[in-house]
Amino acid sequence: MSDVVAGAPVTPGSAPAIGLSPFRASWRRYSRNKLAFGSMLVLLLIALACFGGPLLFPFGTEDADFDNIAAPVNLFSIHPFGTDEFGRDLLLRVLVGGQVSLSVGFVGALAAVIIGVAYGATSGYFGGRLDNFLMRTVDVLYGIPYFFLVVLINLLAGRTVMGLFVSIVVVLWLTPAVIARGQAVSLRHREFVDAARAGGMTEWQIIRQHIVPNSLNVVIVYSSLLVLEVIVTESFLSFLGLGVQAPATSWGSLIEDGAANLETDLRLLLLPCSFLVVTLFCLNFIADGLRDAFDPNER
Amino acid sequence: MPLIRTNADLAARQAATPILSVRDLTVDFKLEHGMMRAVDGVSFDVRRGEVLGIVGESGSGKSQILMAAMGLTAINGRCSGSVTFEGEEILNAAPDLLDKIRGSSMSMIFQDPMTSLNPYMRVVDQLTEVLVAHQGKSRQEAVDIAVEMLERVRIPGARRRISLYPHEFSGGMRQRVMIAMALLCRPALLFADEPTTALDVTVQAQILDLLNGLVHELNAAVVIVTHDLGVIARMCDRVIVLYGGRIMEEAAVDDLFEAPRHPYSQGLMAATPRLDDNTAHDLRTIPGSPRALVGQINGCPFAPRCERRIERCTAETPALLRGAGGRAAACHLVMP
Repeated sequence: MSDVVAGAPVTPGSAPAIGLSPFRASWRRYSRNKLAFGSMLVLLLIALACFGGPLLFPFGTEDADFDNIAAPVNLFSIHPFGTDEFGRDLLLRVLVGGQVSLSVGFVGALAAVIIGVAYGATSGYFGGRLDNFLMRTVDVLYGIPYFFLVVLINLLAGRTVMGLFVSIVVVLWLTPAVIARGQAVSLRHREFVDAARAGGMTEWQIIRQHIVPNSLNVVIVYSSLLVLEVIVTESFLSFLGLGVQAPATSWGSLIEDGAANLETDLRLLLLPCSFLVVTLFCLNFIADGLRDAFDPNER
Repeated sequence: MPLIRTNADLAARQAATPILSVRDLTVDFKLEHGMMRAVDGVSFDVRRGEVLGIVGESGSGKSQILMAAMGLTAINGRCSGSVTFEGEEILNAAPDLLDKIRGSSMSMIFQDPMTSLNPYMRVVDQLTEVLVAHQGKSRQEAVDIAVEMLERVRIPGARRRISLYPHEFSGGMRQRVMIAMALLCRPALLFADEPTTALDVTVQAQILDLLNGLVHELNAAVVIVTHDLGVIARMCDRVIVLYGGRIMEEAAVDDLFEAPRHPYSQGLMAATPRLDDNTAHDLRTIPGSPRALVGQINGCPFAPRCERRIERCTAETPALLRGAGGRAAACHLVMP
């Protein structure tokens, strides 16, 4: 890997050097990882299908086709994967459900990471009593069983996608906060931070220019795992009936519907399940690839 | 090579008002098992054009003097005493005041070139950051100044290399970048914390010569902290020998090397291998190791390891007595 880091040999008088940033070096390493790169393409395809696909259907998710109730798989008909017991197109419902699952996954992870990193970096950089207070609060929140929290927030916010989103973020921002705090604590004592302060940089400039870019590598790897966690949590809650409520749908609630018909019609379970499983596998491989590419110990 | 120094030269400098004045500086750290006194009542002056060396072994508190003066003491540290820069009190000063002075008239070279540069920033951005922030220079002006400074520290192809990232430089080149960064604002006072410890010997010599030339050109006051007597001999006009956070001896560099007076300085000199000494004997060492500085300290900090210890040494802390020729020593057995 070191040949990638060092870049082209630099000799005086050669073509102008541009400089290979550590981020670009990591990206190069990532894009050489075929499994991780392929997973990213597959995930992009799934996202494209979920968000673009429904536009190609001449009917909506709620439109029941009374001529084709519980139609079987027929790839060349207008309902390629058949319909459910209300005559709604299964593929269309899975794609629209994917919109909810994916956007809750990515936006939820992003929100949890932003909140967690801001909280943890502040706590770690300033240290002392503030740090103690903020991190003990996190410990207390860790101690609350998250089901209670989710049920409670669901009651308060109503059983909407928004309520689900809020309860997931409230539960999942804790770990990024702890990770970011650890990064900030170790960076605060690095010499380049002292050097920046010796150069007369203000605290804000230091956090922005030195602390944040240097903690991004760890945060990026963790975020990719967090997306996975959020999607699983969302599906799990929806499966239990705590999440998205009918007529809205997500992969989790579709799997629940499918599980109800497990003995008569396996197809209703298998289609949303395979979308979910493929997505989770892709995210796992992506996280793996990112970790290999960004691992600070390798440099 | 060190510049030729005459006594008249030295006297003239001492007549000038000091740019940095440290009085009774004490730095304490709060640890889990009590307070640790890293620096204990240190006083000294530095004038423009003068290079002061602070020498001592690991843990003698030498770096903490610089950190305290720069306002970089760790969060569990407490500083007391007084540090004035051009007559202005800077010890425990407000961050606004410090930010104004740091990086414009006072700067610092750090010990480790491998960790003193941010790996995620291009060298050009790290160098110009200070100029843009402090002198309101436009980016293009700042880049030109930075390139010129890199050429001065002899980085070949500076204009091209400046847009590289730190990992694309060697250790010696990174240390040159650090020196360039510290000198960019043409500071009146420069601190150097073991500027060459992380480098190999041949590069060390180059860097020291380079630094010597640059600071004499700027007529800056310099404080160098090191445990390497070779660096002191090459760079400094005056030396402070530090042990256990206290000044043991202060002298002009030639006087100290010719006739060290304090038993610790004598031990330090004897423990330094000399190229012109071909008698085959083992390297002399000072027996024992520095004691932990936690809790109450009575007597001379060096007493437990001193070969010439008398009863009074463990009971009463010797004061730093000043004598003729700018010499001073803190020892009951030495009259300066």
